[in-house]
Amino acid sequence: MNQKKSNERRLGWLLCAPAVTALLVVTAYPILYALWLSLFRYDLRFPEQRAFIGLDNYVSILTSEVWWHALGNTLILTISSVSLELLLGFPLALIMHHTLFWRRAVRAATLIPYAMVTVVAALAWKFAFDPTTGFVNALLGMEQVWLTQRWSAFLVIILTEIWKTTPFMALLLMAGLTLVPHDLIQAARVDGANAWQRFIKIIVPLMKPAILVAVLFRTLDAFRIFDTVFILTRGAQGTETVSLLGYNTFIVSLNLGLGSAVSVLIFIGVLIISVLFIKGFGASLTQGEKAE
Amino acid sequence: MRMRNDLMGRVFWGMGNLMVMAYALLPVLWIISLSLKQSRHLNDQRFFPQTISLENYRIIFSDMQFPAALWNSLGIAVISTVLAVTLGMFAAYAIVRLEFPGRRLILAGALATAMFPSVVIIGPIFNMWRTVGLFDTWLGLIIPYMTFALPLAIWILSAFFREIPWELDKAARVDGATPWQAFIRVIVPLAAPAIFTAAILVFIFAWNDFLFAISLTSTNNARTVPAVIAFFTGSSRFELPTGLIAAASVVITVPVLIIVLIFQQRIVAGLTSGAVKG
Repeated sequence: MNQKKSNERRLGWLLCAPAVTALLVVTAYPILYALWLSLFRYDLRFPEQRAFIGLDNYVSILTSEVWWHALGNTLILTISSVSLELLLGFPLALIMHHTLFWRRAVRAATLIPYAMVTVVAALAWKFAFDPTTGFVNALLGMEQVWLTQRWSAFLVIILTEIWKTTPFMALLLMAGLTLVPHDLIQAARVDGANAWQRFIKIIVPLMKPAILVAVLFRTLDAFRIFDTVFILTRGAQGTETVSLLGYNTFIVSLNLGLGSAVSVLIFIGVLIISVLFIKGFGASLTQGEKAE
Repeated sequence: MRMRNDLMGRVFWGMGNLMVMAYALLPVLWIISLSLKQSRHLNDQRFFPQTISLENYRIIFSDMQFPAALWNSLGIAVISTVLAVTLGMFAAYAIVRLEFPGRRLILAGALATAMFPSVVIIGPIFNMWRTVGLFDTWLGLIIPYMTFALPLAIWILSAFFREIPWELDKAARVDGATPWQAFIRVIVPLAAPAIFTAAILVFIFAWNDFLFAISLTSTNNARTVPAVIAFFTGSSRFELPTGLIAAASVVITVPVLIIVLIFQQRIVAGLTSGAVKG
């Protein structure tokens, strides 16, 4: 028995080893390497000036307006897109859940935005809002040059994000809806609760774990927004996000020291979001599991 | 009264269905329409083209850059998928079936990896690849794609593997099969649909990637289609290549959409099982 157990243990590790090694090589090591690089003055254009400078990179980033501006933009985009997605995702989930006919077609349609290449989706919306090639201005009877001003550019970016990811949110919410027992809703209906009361008092509380998972997923995903902004504005008109700032410092300016420090700060941002979610909602998450 | 309610309900949800479908299809139809417009009609601000022309498609396929990028996209995405699903399958099997310390840690680690932003590792990988000569190569993209592909594969497969009737595996082992034989002969065929689902989702992820593709490549050697269309300049610099970009976009979108529409039920199951049950 003991022999069998240790065999099983060895086999378990053996089977996991390739995947774990690959993940360590492509994630853990680069993160530690970024941490190390961030302590150096290291610009590929002036490699001879490489020197250990401690936390100076962090000081120059955290005292620069560029970083706080990018962080502010990222938070605006994250909060507005995730909350609007939740707002739109619910009716979408209800439609998918309740629909009696065309069920397959509707579900298939919601997968289209998920499967479409983000760059292509962003380009499609960019061309649509373009004043010369686009149909949006003709449709609205406007002469707006959308991507040349900060707030209208934000509007197009948020719209693109929402279009792309609301269906994903709705699918997760729909999976949560299937956890709500039908007789409970019927009982509430018999007791005279109207549709809105049934929704707020019964459906939402029971779906809480699913909602939290969906919102956490989408928040972390939205926080790293890159493709959409890159295609629509390249960060111009004051729409730069933290991922774009990281990319620009690294790949465009080739400043590995500063870029690494930006990466580490983004990483810390993601950790903070996760901790906030787990601290704030962890209790209700496990409660939901127990209730099942 | 009851009849009327039913009818109202049908109309109500039917309208909802129509709106959902219009919403999902709008940008797809628009980009297809743009790709079919003749260049002199590109600026007509109409949603549908007046005349249909395949000129844009002819131009991008006769250009050197686009076919090379398409080949890179396809090759890199397929190899990444095979690699991630194979390694992910071993790991998921071990996590679900075998008792060993650290299995929960591996699962949690995989989920954490899937959540963090790729821009964090772009710089270090860029620098490492420059030193070891992997910059602008297929392998140089395939390896970093494992950061999102492996966690996705492990997560989806372990969620599916939990649902498989493992008594068959036990029976095979009682009959004298080694765990390896039991796995290959009994479990892999049962798990085939799950493996297939994981493969589609990983493929979509790799096919969609943009950040790694623009940061770790520079030429036709390894640059994939999303990266190429973002920097597309067209044959002449006096003409905005909108029509060409649209045609290239359609070429990389439509095949994936067809796969997704055919296998939609499995994909929905894969997306929701991992997220909600996990």
